[in-house]
Amino acid sequence: MSRLGRLLPTRLVPARLRGLRARLVVAFVLVAAVSALTTAGLTYREARNAILQRSQDIAVNDLRAQINSLAPELTVPPSQADLDFFRVQLERSGTSRDWDISVHYSGVPDSEDSALQGGVVVPAALRESVEKRHVPVFQRIIRGGDPWLLIGMPVRQSDGTASALTVYAQLPLKAEEANVEALVSAARGGALPVLGLAMVPALLAARGVLRPVRRLRQAAGRLAEGKLDTRLEAKGTDELADLSRTFNDMAAELERNVAELRRLEANSRRFAADVSHELRTPLAAMTAVTDVLDEDAASLDPDTASAVRLISQETGKLARMVEDLMEVSRFDAGAAALHLDEVDVAETIRKTLQARAWQQRVTADLPADVRARLDPRRLDVVVANLVGNALHHGGEPVRVVLHAPEPGADRLLIEIADSGPGIDPEVLPHVFDRFYKADSARARSEGSGLGLAIALENVRLHGGTLRADNCPEGGAVFTVDLPLHRAAEHGTADGCQGGDRDDGWDGGPDGDRPGAGKENDR
Amino acid sequence: MPRVLLIEDDAAVRDGVTLALRRRGHEVAAAASGEEGLEALPGFRPDIVLLDLMLPGKDGFEICRLIRAERQLPIIMLTARGDDLDVVLGLEAGADDYIVKPARGEVLEARIRAVLRRTAPPADGDTGTEPGPAPVETYGELAIDRAGLVVTKNGQDLALAPSEMKLLLFLSATPGQVFSRQQLLEHVWEHSYHGDARLVDACVMRLRTKIEDTPRSPRYVQTVRGFGYRFGPL
Repeated sequence: MSRLGRLLPTRLVPARLRGLRARLVVAFVLVAAVSALTTAGLTYREARNAILQRSQDIAVNDLRAQINSLAPELTVPPSQADLDFFRVQLERSGTSRDWDISVHYSGVPDSEDSALQGGVVVPAALRESVEKRHVPVFQRIIRGGDPWLLIGMPVRQSDGTASALTVYAQLPLKAEEANVEALVSAARGGALPVLGLAMVPALLAARGVLRPVRRLRQAAGRLAEGKLDTRLEAKGTDELADLSRTFNDMAAELERNVAELRRLEANSRRFAADVSHELRTPLAAMTAVTDVLDEDAASLDPDTASAVRLISQETGKLARMVEDLMEVSRFDAGAAALHLDEVDVAETIRKTLQARAWQQRVTADLPADVRARLDPRRLDVVVANLVGNALHHGGEPVRVVLHAPEPGADRLLIEIADSGPGIDPEVLPHVFDRFYKADSARARSEGSGLGLAIALENVRLHGGTLRADNCPEGGAVFTVDLPLHRAAEHGTADGCQGGDRDDGWDGGPDGDRPGAGKENDR
Repeated sequence: MPRVLLIEDDAAVRDGVTLALRRRGHEVAAAASGEEGLEALPGFRPDIVLLDLMLPGKDGFEICRLIRAERQLPIIMLTARGDDLDVVLGLEAGADDYIVKPARGEVLEARIRAVLRRTAPPADGDTGTEPGPAPVETYGELAIDRAGLVVTKNGQDLALAPSEMKLLLFLSATPGQVFSRQQLLEHVWEHSYHGDARLVDACVMRLRTKIEDTPRSPRYVQTVRGFGYRFGPL
């Protein structure tokens, strides 16, 4: 997180400012600022010291020279007037320096004038160094907001021994201060453009980093969309190129794995379809002759007759099961095609019940004039499977209710309710699972164990939903919810071949079915 | 009793179907391949052909076309339900109906009877003295002789397959009336179960290629969107 983020609550910082670009720029500017400030600070300190040092040295040497040239003429011990005269001479000699002198002789009381101007009191520590230890001392002081140099100078006798004479001088450092000021403003004037300039490499670096990052993001997005052949261009030897190469390796590995999985899945699907298909041929032969068995069973001895009837009956079951398996594998392969037709729904449901001789066992509430575009064969399968399920596993009476859609509504509801004990709540989520046996005691059910799964797939193919619930008043209810007005775009689960051929037929009566068959060769 | 030519490559199915049909009094000749079936055709002179689609060598579609090129006898395909494309291609190749394998003997029997009924001349009460040629209905360039089961266009005989003939006769009996596919399925094909509109569509398409000048904008067999088909009005 950039410093910005610490200064402001995160949500107040626009996303753009939290980005990599902003962070890079901030970092660059900070680095530039720190280095500029450090350089300027060190330079300033050194330059200032050098300037002050030099002016101090010059001032001290000057003062010492003047004192050395004037002091021998001072009578010893001096009177007050002598000292004043000596001070005036010293001050005159330093006109160029504009200094202010105070002369002090032990034993002679200081006059009014001999004190330093501006009420400057010589600090005691300095006075002690000068008068007790006889060493020249200087100190920078601030007087009236301006810097001044204060010098204390003990005067030695010609034989080098300390005398009782001490000279104090103060002189302004205004010129030096101005020089230093100029240094500071020069540093400031240099630092700001430098900071501005620091943005340029920052932006360049950000661009250099961001472009590969953006490409990486786009590639990852394409990968997520399932375009597994996405690869990045990996140029150079830097970390981003390494990242690109790693990304490419990952994508290649992913593509390999997915291809392998798809291959395995396709193989197993094909295997299931092939098995069903292979089973169908012997079943076709067996099914053709079951009538013969049934007819002649009566004239056989009882045991053989039972065996023959059993074979006939189970052959029929096996045939149904293989048929259902084929259907399921077609759904799995995405090869299930819708053949839409505009039908009277009530009529279609009635025919389903008639074809299976269920009219007596099922109460039907089918309002007339509900027309919908759907695949009648598939609706027949759905209704037949649901009603068959209700009759076998629920309990009679079974009700089939078609709800006429409200004006303007585009959903078609068909409810199939039974009067049985209802569905165990634990079983409810699994009723549409393949080969799911709700009742373990009834391991061999009437159906193939695929009926409800096939019904669900058929409803889904129409773009509808199929729900299983328990009625409050007991019994299970299955609700088919179909869209009434489908978009013309539909077709097979994944848009592969459907057997529909309307091209060149001037459209069937249902008009705009998508023809996906082969070209008409006439 | 109808004579059935069964063309089926799987020996067990061939034997099973033959057995089932013989029990019901049909005369059955069985061929193990399409080529064999074509050879048996002139000698056996079947009333109907049961044709498996999955055949070695020339497949069922090809055989169907070859038979159709010369004869207008009824052809029923043996196919597997849900192999939608097979069904459609078979119907386009000129088959009149199809049976889903595996099928019980009684189903085979029922389909065969239905197809044969479709193409049998209507049993008129007075088969005695004919007071001259039966009236021939003319619609535009089409002339339909219901008694003789002959359809001509501009004087040319049209070779119509049994289901095409039946469909045309049914539709032209009440010109202008719209029939849903469902109704046509029940009347023409006698399919008790529903939802096989492809039979109707394929047959309409084949019929149009034979009777219409421009099959894509038909005059005789017209489409009524959302409802079905009708004959005319011209």
